[in-house]
Amino acid sequence: MVHGAWFWLLGRIDLDSFAFVRAWREPSLDRLIAAGAAAMVVLGAIAAFAIITRMRKWRYLWENWFTSLDHKKIGILYIALSGVMLTRAVIEAVLMRMQQAVAVNQPGIVKPEHFGELFSTHGSIMIFFMAMPFLIGLINYVMPLQIGARDVAFPLLNSVSLWMTVGGAVLMMASLVIGKFSTGGWSGYPPYTEMAFNSGVGPDYWIWAVTLSSLGTMMTGINFAVTIYKSRAPGMHLFRMPLFCWTSLCVSILMIFAMPPLTVATALLALDRYLDFHFFTNDLGGNMMNYANLFWLFGHPEVYILILPAFGVYSEVISTFSSKRLYGYRSLVYATMAIAVLSFTVWLHHFFTMGQNADINAFFGVATMTIGIPTGVKVYDWILTMYRGRVRFTVPMLFSIAFIVTFVIGGMSGIMLAVPPLDYVVHNTLFLVAHFHNMLIPGLLYGMIAGYQFWFPKAFGFRLDERWGRIAFGCWVSGFYLAFMPLYVLGAMGMPRRMAGVFQSEYLPWLLVAAVGGFLVLAGLVALFVQLWVSIRRREEASVPVGDPWDARSLEWGIAAPPPEYNFAHIPDIETRDPFYAAKEHGTAYDPPRHYDDIEMPKNSKVGPLLGIAGAACAFGLVWYIWWLAAAAFVAIWGVVIARSFVRDIYKTIPAAEVAREHQRWLSQVAAARGIPRELETTPANQGLAEGAAA
Amino acid sequence: MRAGLPAGCRSLLLLLLAAPLSACAHSPSFFQAAGPVAAEQRDLFWIVTALLMLVVLPVFIGLPYVLWRFRQGNRQSDYRPTWDFSWKLEWLVWGVPVVVVAILGVVLWTTTHRLDPYKRLPGKSEVRVQAVALDWKWLFIYPDQHIATVNRLVIPVGRPVHIDLTSDTVMQSLMIPQLGGQIYAMAGMRTQLNLKADRPGSYFGENTQYNGKGFHKQNFETLAVPSAAFDAWAAQTAQGDRPLDRATYARLSQESVIARPISFSAVPAGMFDRIMRKYMYPEHKPVSGPAGDEAMQ
Amino acid sequence: MSADEIKHAGLNLQHADPMTHEKAGAGIFGFWVFLMSDAVLFALLFATYGVMLRGTAGGPVPHEVYEMKSAFIETLILLASSFTFGLASLAMKYEHKQHQLQAWLGVTLLLGLLFIGWEFHDFASMAAKGEVPSRSGYLSAFFALVSTHLLHVTAGCIWAVVMIAKIRTFGLDARVKINVLRLGLFWHFLDIIWVGIFSVVYLQGLA
Repeated sequence: MVHGAWFWLLGRIDLDSFAFVRAWREPSLDRLIAAGAAAMVVLGAIAAFAIITRMRKWRYLWENWFTSLDHKKIGILYIALSGVMLTRAVIEAVLMRMQQAVAVNQPGIVKPEHFGELFSTHGSIMIFFMAMPFLIGLINYVMPLQIGARDVAFPLLNSVSLWMTVGGAVLMMASLVIGKFSTGGWSGYPPYTEMAFNSGVGPDYWIWAVTLSSLGTMMTGINFAVTIYKSRAPGMHLFRMPLFCWTSLCVSILMIFAMPPLTVATALLALDRYLDFHFFTNDLGGNMMNYANLFWLFGHPEVYILILPAFGVYSEVISTFSSKRLYGYRSLVYATMAIAVLSFTVWLHHFFTMGQNADINAFFGVATMTIGIPTGVKVYDWILTMYRGRVRFTVPMLFSIAFIVTFVIGGMSGIMLAVPPLDYVVHNTLFLVAHFHNMLIPGLLYGMIAGYQFWFPKAFGFRLDERWGRIAFGCWVSGFYLAFMPLYVLGAMGMPRRMAGVFQSEYLPWLLVAAVGGFLVLAGLVALFVQLWVSIRRREEASVPVGDPWDARSLEWGIAAPPPEYNFAHIPDIETRDPFYAAKEHGTAYDPPRHYDDIEMPKNSKVGPLLGIAGAACAFGLVWYIWWLAAAAFVAIWGVVIARSFVRDIYKTIPAAEVAREHQRWLSQVAAARGIPRELETTPANQGLAEGAAA
Repeated sequence: MRAGLPAGCRSLLLLLLAAPLSACAHSPSFFQAAGPVAAEQRDLFWIVTALLMLVVLPVFIGLPYVLWRFRQGNRQSDYRPTWDFSWKLEWLVWGVPVVVVAILGVVLWTTTHRLDPYKRLPGKSEVRVQAVALDWKWLFIYPDQHIATVNRLVIPVGRPVHIDLTSDTVMQSLMIPQLGGQIYAMAGMRTQLNLKADRPGSYFGENTQYNGKGFHKQNFETLAVPSAAFDAWAAQTAQGDRPLDRATYARLSQESVIARPISFSAVPAGMFDRIMRKYMYPEHKPVSGPAGDEAMQ
Repeated sequence: MSADEIKHAGLNLQHADPMTHEKAGAGIFGFWVFLMSDAVLFALLFATYGVMLRGTAGGPVPHEVYEMKSAFIETLILLASSFTFGLASLAMKYEHKQHQLQAWLGVTLLLGLLFIGWEFHDFASMAAKGEVPSRSGYLSAFFALVSTHLLHVTAGCIWAVVMIAKIRTFGLDARVKINVLRLGLFWHFLDIIWVGIFSVVYLQGLA
């Protein structure tokens, strides 16, 4: 322990806090791996800094991206953050697969404590810093365009949410370099994470990273919900919204109600750890069962926060690439709402084995199965959307098909886990791990990748490379099956989750297959990056400036790609579902508006990044007991908020003439472009204009 | 790509059926049930799987068919881009899952009550065991025999075994897959598990709830022996000269991995209750000092 | 009146100032949604309190801890502050007299500060008797619930100070008015929470 002035200045940081120093003092493989990871963080940061400085892009980034309140840019930044964090968490996953494959009756490559950190960061990152930013980014980008809005309801709040999340992610990255992360898993169950058993900085890193992210997410939920209720274009009734907007609405409502339980759970745990409260301690009246309830009161709705946006993406993708209206639109809407409501009634199935009586377990088991009904309805509806359509097997569509097949398998194992007596024998085993990866990889990640491939041309004006997309698809799907089907078997064979080593030789073949699958998934991720690189290099021939490369249906496809800052030169009047498709059929999709008006848009603001920095600093101070830093950052946060509330000059006006000039330039591009039949959509002939659209 | 799906299905079927079953045959799996609880759980697994096929098979058959028939290249297929609803199909789409879930719900309700881990199993001369979760080992107290073991649970074949669980550290979870399980063990609380072995043998037992760096080594052997042999073992163990006294327990409750199972010849009466109650109030006054201090009083 | 004209329920400027009222739509609605989220937070703290009520660990039990007289006075102070905030809202809506609005906001602020002070005094006397959160799970839950409310009131007071400063700087422009409406919602919300605390925590503690 450190004392005196050092403690006052730097809290409990000492030399041994640094991964590099630990590796220097004891250069074991385990510590070298940890130092390597830390080096990647440090070198990555230095490299990014150097490149930006060299290219003189700081001002550009700051003015055009970091301080921007444009929902499209914020969306893209969210997804970029998600990509970085996904990379780290996939590498960790591969490391864990390797460890388990190697550590059969042997020590393996990492030590048990390090393994504990790996599964904890993997889970926490995948949920809070990969999945959430990805889906929030996608909703941010797409939803306002789909409802015909110029921005979200509270653009500044949107930026604050983003930078809070970034702050949390920075904390996760810092934990690789300074200190050690929690070994308590992504759910951070006490009393294991209490001071009595883990007095280090690990659980504190987890608490504050998750808290920052959950605060940001709660604000995002409010923002999206209000946007959908208040900012729809005239005539865009709720039941004319694309399904993606419906799922976004349900997700926002879930965020509003499900994030507070997480905040309460982490806050009470923090009180236990910092101020010697007794909520979840073993002694003095604490009760960890309350934590389990609070956490899963968040945790289960969270599952649907993660999955519903992907359901929305699939609905858009399948309808577009089947060249057909979505089957059973109302059914799908009601199913979505049913899932959202039911998701609050099933949290107890995460701990059937805590000793409740049979009535309670049976009640929650049946409630859990009930969610299977609307989910099943959705799957059937998607298949019926393809029925009597003309299905094109583009990359987003491939991911959607793989999703349906894979998700159904995951649903099956989910129903099994919902049966308490079956849960008793597979709970906490790899069967459970296989199940939730089987839900979240197709039910979230495939959907996000499909959405990324689908809307990328809209955001950047050029299509992503089709061939590399297919390679990525092949790796992701085969990798998934190889990595996770063996885990079902291992779970049924009685292998618990989170094992740093194994003493049953019969597990080995399955662990080897799973390791191969892990590498394939990593290859799939690399293929996605290669695809991005290749596509940027060939952006000229794949460019789709007109903005409708897939002969698509909703509003966002009827504007330029990339869209102007204000989205719509003229806010459209909506008369039907699939308004853009209807307009194409009537030949009015590219009619110029009668007149152009001045458009008022929010000015950039430094508040978001400042709050992100202050939030991360405050959290870092709390983790390391650097009280002056925590206090100063806390005061700074509220100072910035109050100061901002005195700023009056927050809007800028884009004159009608400029809007008209920009819009007419695009219309001339439309006039010059040649409409192409759907068969040619993946060829350079595709300029983003569908055949017969500009009649 | 179109060939990818059937190939995926084939390998999946192979994975799902042949190989896993043979794998489970050589491992501590509930598919190799050695007692009535695990046997019922195994049967339930197959019943649920069969019922789910009603929902799942239409997808596995229908999806490839629809994809093939309505692919872009097939100009013969019926193309109706505005067809988006049918009441008949709607009944089917909602009806099939509702019916299946209703049936499953009945199965779930009855089996959850029948297989309630707290429910005593039928049979004579029940054996009582008190399991205490420690880092990273299990202490099994036999209150009627006044003996205890660490990391070895000896039980008589054919007699019901009633296990009370608590923890003297973080939460853990006890499972013996071939007999059934699992249930959490939590400090200051008592949970229960009822099991029975049908045939003699050595069954793998474990903690499934992560509790630190020794977690993966926290296994124990469950030895199911004939009833007479059990009584003989208990009597013989009681003859030993290794009592579980206060100092021994204090050492035992420290974080450690035990290489070999241990047997204790004598255990003070009410020890389990004291371990449990030291976290509970108002019977006791505040605990100070290391956990386990009061357990021996 | 068509459904479109009802922009938000509760506090409003409907007839007195239709222009501001129009602009208030998203901002006030968003704040309602936030309060919903905040209400969930308090609901969980109440639930936690209920769960922990028996976790007294041999320490003090509710009826030994609570000072009913003090809690009752605190309740009166907070109810009075809600009333004075109502007067502030009315001043803003009908009178358009800045100084009257400021005066009532000032009174509300003073009552808020009085409440905070009184509660600190309560906490201090509890601490003197050894009734601190580290004593038992029950006391942890009590302090978490009541302090969270106290923190909210503190935030409300800071907000009121900022509000008065803003009225002095900008006068009663649309943004200031909307902000006063939001602060009003917040203040009344805290009142309701306190009524919950008084009845669930203090009154039931007597039993």
